Parts: sequence; structure tokens; C-alpha cells
Amino acid sequence: MFFPESQRETTWLNIAALLVAAYLTVFMESTLDVVRNLTGAQFDLLPSLMVYVGMSYGFNTVLAVGTVSGVLYDSTSANPLGTSVLPLVLIGMLVLHNRDLLLRDQTYPQYVLGLAASIFAPIVIYLLLVGLGKPPGIGWYSLWQLAVMALIGGLFTPVWFYIFGKLDNALMYPSVPESAFRPDREIERGK
Amino acid sequence: MLKRAHIIALSSVILLVLIFLNLPSQTTTQVKLALGSLFLPLFGFANSTQKLAENAGNSVVPRRVLVRELEELRKENQRLKLQLMQNNQIWQENNQLRQALKWQQQRGWKVRLAAVVSRDPANWWRTIQIDLGSRDGVVTNLAVMTSEGLVGRVEEVGFTSSRVVLLGDPTCRVASIVEETRDTGVIAAGGAAIPDQLLIEMTYLSRHSQAKPGNRVVTSGLGGIFPKGILVGHVADISTVGHGLYLEARVKLAANLKQLEQVWILFP
Repeated sequence: MFFPESQRETTWLNIAALLVAAYLTVFMESTLDVVRNLTGAQFDLLPSLMVYVGMSYGFNTVLAVGTVSGVLYDSTSANPLGTSVLPLVLIGMLVLHNRDLLLRDQTYPQYVLGLAASIFAPIVIYLLLVGLGKPPGIGWYSLWQLAVMALIGGLFTPVWFYIFGKLDNALMYPSVPESAFRPDREIERGK
Repeated sequence: MLKRAHIIALSSVILLVLIFLNLPSQTTTQVKLALGSLFLPLFGFANSTQKLAENAGNSVVPRRVLVRELEELRKENQRLKLQLMQNNQIWQENNQLRQALKWQQQRGWKVRLAAVVSRDPANWWRTIQIDLGSRDGVVTNLAVMTSEGLVGRVEEVGFTSSRVVLLGDPTCRVASIVEETRDTGVIAAGGAAIPDQLLIEMTYLSRHSQAKPGNRVVTSGLGGIFPKGILVGHVADISTVGHGLYLEARVKLAANLKQLEQVWILFP
């Protein structure tokens, strides 16, 4: 299995920004009830964050962000600790593995990937919970909840790209554009 | 091919997950609540911001409105004082009669107020986190309620916070009774199959039950976790299930689980 290297130089600042984003996301998911009260389903933005991480960073960053965000999510939930880690890491690795085939800068592929990841994560967690002998309460209404989660996750994926793109522009040195001009080859005109 | 460093990193993560999943439940609870405490600064910040906004809102309320509300509260306070006097009298009389019949004396509820700090982000669990823990005397399986009715029970206890499992969660089952007809049943999950989060199922009702929509459902005291007589909700509708072996009622919860901000913990 081949995993491409990070598309950019990964600094501690990048990883810290991703971890802070995961931390704030879990906090929002456990305290914001607006969407839950309106639609009867709570959103989950971590799968879409993992799509961004898989698209932009390397193997180790995917593992680090997937593990930390999964553990943080489980600490605020009744899920057994560690169940959310596996699907999040899997999403990141799948995106990372197929990154060269995906259109990173297009909004529509970002949306589709976020949508697919937001469906994939709860299904894998559900299978894990059933395997662990702790089946959660699901019914036909859960399909609606899954649809809401997928839609919001998909819509938010381009937002992750936008936010981190802006953050990169603000914190990183812009890359020097390559130019064909070479001062040492310049012909100096005589008087 | 995966690099050696990648294999080591991936193996470490898998090992970590396996360790987490195989920890004893007591240890898992402590680890989860310890990790959950990482969010305490944000919870504090959110609370302060909310209070600040409330204070700012309060400062612009006209004096006329405040005086009117004060008057209403005074009247209600007097009415409640009278009701309390009457209740105390009934309580004493009840205890005297129990003494005469040599029945066990009833004890009043000891309650403590707790603030709800977060809700379960997963859609298939119904749990909340409260700001009271073992340092405040909280232990597992204490009943949790609001002034409207039963909310759930304490499932996990940390030092400063606890997790409460709400009615409608698969792990929260309550032995209940229909007050008017004295039919017993069990409040079970089924919340995920019902779009309205305030509707839950009361199952194993006798097929001869005369319960009707609007009847009150209260805890029966069976099982030993929930004290007898706490209001759960009202019967919304009844249907026959299990090939006619028993009835199942949908119960509209008395407590609004969607908007819990503070809850009462009942101490034995």
C-alpha cells in the first residue's frame, strides 16, 4: 500500500491547529443543541476534518489527528473509549491513499468526500459497537439522522479547506513563484 | 509499501485502541471523565458568556415589568407556602397512621441541584454530563429529575462530574405504573424509532389494561433504583404488540429532555 508524502511542509503549528480544531469541534458537538433541536439529529464534523487532513497532510498527521479527535469524541459520549478512533483514522488513510486521484481544490469533490465520510464513520462505529456487545438504540429514524449528519458533514468539508487555507496564508511564508528570469544571464546593454 | 516508521505508528494506534477497549469499566469511566475535564475551561467560558449576556439582557428590562413579575412571584410564593403547610400536615398524618399500622416510616427526598454541562454528541445515546461528582457525594444509579418529572439515572461518576443516562436510552429502563389503572410496565428505549425525542415506550402492559391516553405514568419503585411515585409522563397512545400478548403505550415525557439546563439529583 502506498501513502503519498504530505503535500506541504508539516510543522508543529499545523498539527496544533488541527488538534485545536478537533477539540473545538467536539466541544461544539456536545454543547450546541440548535441543530439537534431543529432536526432531531446532531452533526459530526470530525469525518469531514479527516477528509481535509487526508487530502493535505502525511501519514503521521492523519494518525495523530484521528486518534486524538476520536478519543476526545468518545470522552464526551457514551461510546466505549476508542471506538471512534478507528473509523476516523480509516477515513484519513483512505483519502490519503487515493489522494492523487482526487480533485483537491474543487468544491464539489470536497463535498462528496465529506458526505461519504460522514456516512462511513457512524456505520463503522455502529458495527464496532455491535461487535463489542453494546448495540446502540437505532431505528428507522436513525436513517434521517444519518442523512442530516451526512449533509452537514458534506457541506462543512469545503469550509475546513477554506479555514485552513486562510490560516496557512496567515501563518506560513508564501511559496516563491518560479520564474524563468535569471539575473546572471541578463544581457547588459552597452552605452 | 508502508515504511517501517508508518508500521510502528499504525501498530501503536491499534494497540492503544485495543488497550482502551479492554480496560475495566471503572478505569474507562475515570479515563473518560478525566479526558472530558479538558473541556472544563470551555464550559466555564461558555457559562460566563451566557451569564454575561443574560445580565446584559436583564439590565434593559423596564422597571415596570420587573415590579409586575415581583408581584406575581410574591403571590405564587404565598400560595406555595400555604400548599406546603397543608402538605406538612398530610405528611405528619400519614406518618402517624403508618406508625399506628406499624408500617415503615416514609422519608422525604434529599435533593441537590446540578448544572448540565454537555450532551452526548452521538445520536444513538441519550446522556448528559453534570457538574457534580463523587466529591459531592454522587454515586451511580441515583435518580435524576426536574421539577416536571423524571429525567434518568446517574451512570458514571467522576470526581467533579458525572454522566446521566436519560430516559429513552437503551441502557435506562424504568419500572413504572399507570397511576389511574395501577397497570405496571417497563419504560424502555425505542427512542430512535420515534422522531419525537419526548415520546418513549412503556412496554409489557397487561393485555387487559384499561389505560387510556392522558393517564399519568409514575415510577413504581420496583427495581430499587427509582423511588416510587416520580412522574414520568402521560400516556399518548396504546397499541397491541407481541401477537396480542401484551400492550405497549407511548408515553409523552413530563420533563423536557431537549432543554435541560439544571437537574435535581435524588439522594437516598
